[in-house]
This record gives sequence, C-alpha cells and structure tokens, in this order.
Amino acid sequence: MQTTTATKGAISIRNVTKIYDPEGVNVMAVDDCSLEIAPGEVCMIVGPSGCGKTTLLNAIAGFHSITSGEIYLDGELLCGPNKPLADQGADRMVVFQNGALFPWKSLLDNIAYGPIVQGIMDKKEANDKATEMLAEAGLGDVAQKFPGEVSSGMARRAEIVRALINDPKVLLLDEPYRAMDALTKSIMHESLLEVYDRTKVTIFFITHDLEEAIFLGDRVIVMTTRPAKTKKIVEVPIERPRDYTLLSSENFRLLVAETKGAVHEEAIKAFEAGERELA
Amino acid sequence: MNPNTVIKPELTAKRLTSPSGLGLLVYKFKKIFGSSGIYLQVFGIGLWLFTYYILCEGLKLFPFFKIPGPVEVITEFFSPDPIWGMSLYTEAFHENVYVSCRRVAIAFCIATGVGVPLGLFMGWSKTFQDYTFPILETLRPIPILAWVPLAIVMFSGFETPVIFLATLASLFVTTLNTLLGVESIDDAYFRAAGCLGSKPRHVFWHVVVPGAMPFIFTGLQISIGVAWFSLVAAEMISGDYGLGYMIMDSYMLNKYVSMVMAMISLGFVGWLTSAMVRFAGDRMMQWRVRALALEGR
Amino acid sequence: MSEADQSVDATSRPLGRSAFQKIISNKTVWRGIVAIIAFVMLWEIGAQFKSWFGIEIWWIGKLAPPSAVFEKWYSVIQRPGYWESWYLSFFRVFLGFIIAQIIGIPFGLALAVNKYFRDIFFPPFEILRPIPPLAWVPASIIFWPTTELSIAFVTFLGAFFTIVINVLGGARAIDVQYLRAAQSMGASQWDLFRRIILPGTLPSIFVGAAVGMGITWEVVLAAEMISGGGQQAGGGLGFFLWSSYMGGDMEQVIVGMISIGIAGYLSSSFIRYLGYIYMPWRRLF
Repeated sequence: MQTTTATKGAISIRNVTKIYDPEGVNVMAVDDCSLEIAPGEVCMIVGPSGCGKTTLLNAIAGFHSITSGEIYLDGELLCGPNKPLADQGADRMVVFQNGALFPWKSLLDNIAYGPIVQGIMDKKEANDKATEMLAEAGLGDVAQKFPGEVSSGMARRAEIVRALINDPKVLLLDEPYRAMDALTKSIMHESLLEVYDRTKVTIFFITHDLEEAIFLGDRVIVMTTRPAKTKKIVEVPIERPRDYTLLSSENFRLLVAETKGAVHEEAIKAFEAGERELA
Repeated sequence: MNPNTVIKPELTAKRLTSPSGLGLLVYKFKKIFGSSGIYLQVFGIGLWLFTYYILCEGLKLFPFFKIPGPVEVITEFFSPDPIWGMSLYTEAFHENVYVSCRRVAIAFCIATGVGVPLGLFMGWSKTFQDYTFPILETLRPIPILAWVPLAIVMFSGFETPVIFLATLASLFVTTLNTLLGVESIDDAYFRAAGCLGSKPRHVFWHVVVPGAMPFIFTGLQISIGVAWFSLVAAEMISGDYGLGYMIMDSYMLNKYVSMVMAMISLGFVGWLTSAMVRFAGDRMMQWRVRALALEGR
Repeated sequence: MSEADQSVDATSRPLGRSAFQKIISNKTVWRGIVAIIAFVMLWEIGAQFKSWFGIEIWWIGKLAPPSAVFEKWYSVIQRPGYWESWYLSFFRVFLGFIIAQIIGIPFGLALAVNKYFRDIFFPPFEILRPIPPLAWVPASIIFWPTTELSIAFVTFLGAFFTIVINVLGGARAIDVQYLRAAQSMGASQWDLFRRIILPGTLPSIFVGAAVGMGITWEVVLAAEMISGGGQQAGGGLGFFLWSSYMGGDMEQVIVGMISIGIAGYLSSSFIRYLGYIYMPWRRLF
C-alpha cells in the first residue's frame, strides 16, 4: 500500500445488515458486513449483479436506510440504530450508473450547480471554477453543450468533475462505466486514475469487472451473492501512477489469478439463483 | 503502395467541409424536390380537393350536393360583398373569430396557470396528492358537456359558462399530464441533487420543473385541442358569438356556405394555436430538441 | 443477527399481512376517503347554506345538495326510461367507436407502413383533423338522411382521428431490430405484418381507443343534447340530462351527470380490460 497523503474520507462500516420488504417477502440484501476503508484509499467492490453491493453504496450516500449496524465517516456517525437513514451530502458524492447529469442544464451549469446551491460560491465564482475544471478535464470545448449532445464518455467525465468541484471526502461510483465499450472504458480508467493522483479522494467503486477493479484499486473486496457478505479481500500493492501497460504485466496477471476463482464461484451461484438484475 | 490508390488531397479537403450558403440551399432544394415525397403530398391534397369539388359542386351527387363545394366557399370567403353575409371582409366574421380565440386564450391561460402548479405540487408532495388525486379522478370521467346545464345555472351570462367549460376541460388534462411529468423523472436526478447539497426549493426549481417540462408541453398541446373542442360545443349549445355559434347559426338559417367557412376557420385556428404551443415548447426545451436531433428524429 | 430473525426492518412493517390488511393500513387510501367525504360535505354545506343561514354562496349555492341528489337518484333508477337512455347512449357510443376502429386501425397501419400511401393521404387527414368533431354536426345532419346516422358519423370522426394518430405513432416506433430479426428467420411480408407490426402496435391501439372512447362520449352527449335525442322513447343520457335541465330539475341534472360519468368510466375500464387480455406480455408491469 502506498503512503497516502489524504487525511479525510475514512469510512467505517460495522456489522451492517439491510433487509427490505417488497411485497411482504423479506429480502436480505446485506448480511453483517464489516469494512474499514482508509482515507484516500481506492476500494473496489466486486460481485455478481444483484448481490447487494449497490445497497451498501446507497446506505453510505443516504439513499437507503440500514436495518442494523453502523456506518461512520471520519469518526462521525452517518447512520446507525437510532438513525437508519444517513443524510445526503456533498461530502459523499455519487456518480451514477447511467449518468445523472441534469439533461436540461449545460455541462457548465451542471458542474456549477453544487457550489451555488450549497451557498459556497456565488454564480460567477462557480462558473469560473467550473470552466477551469472542465478545461483541465479536456472538456473545455463542450462546456456549453447539453449532456444529450455529447458522447457518453464526455458526459461521465463531466459527472466526475461535477462531483469533484464540491471537494468531497468520498467519491462513490456505482458501476459508472458499465454501459461503455471497452475502448472508451480504458480512456475513462486513465482519466479516473489521473484525477485520483491529483486529489487523493477516497474512492468507493462498485463493479462487476475484475480487471477494472484490480487495475484501479488499492484493495479489491469480493462479495458473495445475495445476501452480500465479504468473501475475499485482495490487496493490490502496485505503485502509482499506473497506466495501461500494467494490464499485461506479470504482477497484474497474478493478482487476477488469485481473485478470479472466488469471483467465478459467486458468479455461478448468482446465475443459478436466477437473480433478476437489480440494475 | 500502388500509385493508383493514392487519394488526391484536394478531393478529401472538399468532402470535409459541409455545404453552406447557396450550396446548402441547393442541397435542401434537391432533397425536397428530388424525391417523390412532396409531389405525392401535393397530389394528395389536390386529389382530396378535387374529390370534394366533384362530389359537391361538379356532379352534384346525392346527398353531396347539399354541402357547398370548395369553389363556392372560397369565392364567398374572398368576396367583399358576400351573398351569405360572412367573408374575410366582413366585420362579423372577424368578430366571431376574435371572440372564440379570446375565450380559448382565457381558458387556456387559467387552466395552465392553475393546472401546472397544481400538478407540480401533487407530484412533489405525496400527502397533497393523496388528498387531491381522488377528487380529480372522480370528477374527470364526467364529460365536459355534461357540465353544461350546471355551468349555465351556476354562472350568469353567456361568457362565463362557456369559458368555465373550456377551462375545466383543459384543467383536467394539464394537471394530469403535469403530475405524470413529475412522476416520470428518474429517481437518479433527485438523488444527484440531494448529493450536491440541494435544499428542497432547489430540487423543486432545478429538477422537478425542468424534468416535468416534456410532459407538461405534451399536455399543453392536448389541452389546447380540448379547450377548442369544449369551446365549440359550449358555443353551439348556448353561445352568442364565436365560431361555434356561427356554425350553429348558419346551419339554422340554411347559410351552409358560412357554415363550412366557419368549420374551416376553426380547423385553421386550432392548428395554429397548437403549433404555437409546440413552438413555445421547443424554445423552452432546447436541450431536448438537440438531443433528439442527434438521435436522428 | 436477532433482528434479522425477527424479520423487522427499522423502516418497514411486520410480515404476513393479507392484501385486505394492507389496504386498510395504507395511508393513501384513508386520505383519499377523507378527501372525498370532505368534498361531499363541503358540497352539502355550500348548497344548503341558503336554506340554513339565509346567504347564498356564489356558484355552489345554486347547486342541488348531495342529499337531494341521492333521493332523486333512488327514484330515477326505478324508471325504465332511465335505463333505456343508458342503453341508447351505450349503443351509439359503441357503434361509432367500433366503426372508427375498423376503419381507423387499417388506415393508420397503412399510413405507417407505406410511404407512398402516407404521402398521398396524410396531408388531407392532417388538414381535417383540427376541426373539432362537433363542428361537423350540422353538416352531418344536412348530409345524412337520418339523425341516428348523423350522430354515428360525428362519433366516428371523433374517435377516428385519435386512433389513426395513435396507431401511426405506435407502428413507427417499433424497433426496426424486431423486423430484421423476423426477416432473418424467413418471415414473409404478411408474417411481418401479422406477427410483428400488429402486436407491436397493440399498446398504441389501446391507448388510442381509451382516449377515443372519452371523445366518443363527449360527442354522443353533445349530439344527443343538440339534436333532441332521436325518435326513441329514452333519447339517451344526453337527452336525459338536457331535458332535466329544461324542466328545471337540478337534482336530476346532477343525477344525469354522475350517471354519464359512471358510464364513461365503465367504458374506459372495459377497454383497459380488453388491453389486459390481449396484451399478456404487459402484465408484468
């Protein structure tokens, strides 16, 4: 593990269980899951579809309540027995699977939105900062366009900029690159790594793609099928900055081999359980 | 590499620039007139007009001869001294058109001004929706015309009942569509707004209102059509001016040419107002127009 | 986890309740009931205000109160003439409606499928469409020999335009991939039509039918009110309504309104039911 320079964004998930009750049939999505994430760590959650990994992310973000257990952020309680639903906030920014840039605002307005509504910056400041950050991300030319007018790769990058302008402690990504082709994905990966190297924000990233997880992460957590429990934790002690040449290195292949078995086992179980994708 | 396969640089340069100015005009022209589409459309309209003429004026078949044909109607319309009393030049005609348009405008504005906020609020607050939706759904199946006697009894004069009926019809449509619009907004947008630290009023103005816009405008287009429909009905039954009244009155007095004139005028104004709403919608939702254009629609 | 064993979630209710119990404990349902009761009560108070307190409230004061309406209703439903009106109106509605579907659906499909047909016939269709159906009533009366036929024609027009537009939209929205898949499996043009285009358009047909049904009711009502209801004894619900008004019987007017509302609701429900039967793949949602 490399030495992190980050000091904020430590997440502590303790004995979290989530049971929800659609149509009177109890469904246990998460079963007694515990996880400690260090500040500035890139934590990748891998598991078959529908296993409950999104539920964990939703609990941290404050979209869903938890049934029992506690989640702390930097020592402060996010949710627990007396407060099952965490508040939503800009300290934990989410990037969504299908993209959630407001289609009716230009990219610039989307990004400037956060600081303006939080009252941190006024309109001019926010616009300037947003323009600057967009240019840094290589999106300077399309700042005035609407999300429907740019490619999905650009839109996803813009969404990450929208998250980052709020200086979050944690970046929560819910299979953000799932709907992309492999080529665009690899560009997205490099872009994310570059962003991480600059900001050292804690990243909680959900994916079903093992290679993606090992390439980007410091730690890979393999989850079981529903109900989700931690099955295996694999450290990824590869130095940063990383680039695509890593993908064909010996180190990488070994790590994949180590983890693949576990993931595959769970994939088979999930398939047999005939889970309808929660996505 | 085979020298014959070398691509001449000038050729590629030409293809990369898109046509503009005169070139664009010529291209568009070619596209429209080069294919059979427009000719067939003109033919279709011509065929219809021709059939209309032949049946009503040319051959005077039974029972078509009772209806005035296109030539009669058009000559009457453009004549400064019309036989039956109504034409482009008569004040009475313009008065009828103006009165109907004014009533629809009032009805539409009230219905939109009340219906859109009502629908937005119903979508925003489940509590409010729980209390108001059942009442809406109970009253909605009652056809607007069934309200005519009630309207006449409740409101005095001619104007108010007529406007009330058109407003009521529009109101139901607008409110329902706005509500559907709010419910159609993907949860992810609400969550994203929440993450970004929005207060409820921000969510309302920056997510709910713009998100519901597409449905609201569809609703508005339907509502203007419904307003016309109800207005004409109300005018025919109990009005004293207006295009609906003109139809009924001309019919009663056997002035069939004026009757057909009124019908066509109604069609035209109806189409015009609908197009205006559509246009306003496109202006307000540039983001949607451009995104759809990219999809090729 | 003991909590897990007890199957209780911090935010949800215990398991094992029946559907009935769920309805009873549902806040939405109770609020709805409260709302309707409040509405009826306000109406009663507003209408009776004059006789209780001497002041007439605008608008509502002129209405008949719900109590009087119910009394009236009870006596009206015992008259056979009332039920005959139901029958007549329903007959007219369904006649015009069915003819509109029979002509409209193929016309709409033809417009969707064949570019040449569309180019020729769509412009006149679009020109005639904005004319409100009721504007056709006098012309229709002049043209058709009997009143019944003229009403049927106008009803037909109302539903026709709606169904064609809906079918056109629905058919054109069918994903071209389905057609290609079928073709690669060796489908003929007829197969494509019968097995892909037709079922693919069914949802739009049912939407168009439901909307068209509403319009049809409006038109039948108007026609009955304007043209005096035809020669038969009952004359239809519209005639019932209008003659109650002419006779100054406000309670009966409201009875008429509610009856028509129920009739319209039943017709739309029937269409929705048909949709449920003929589109089994939609039942998942």
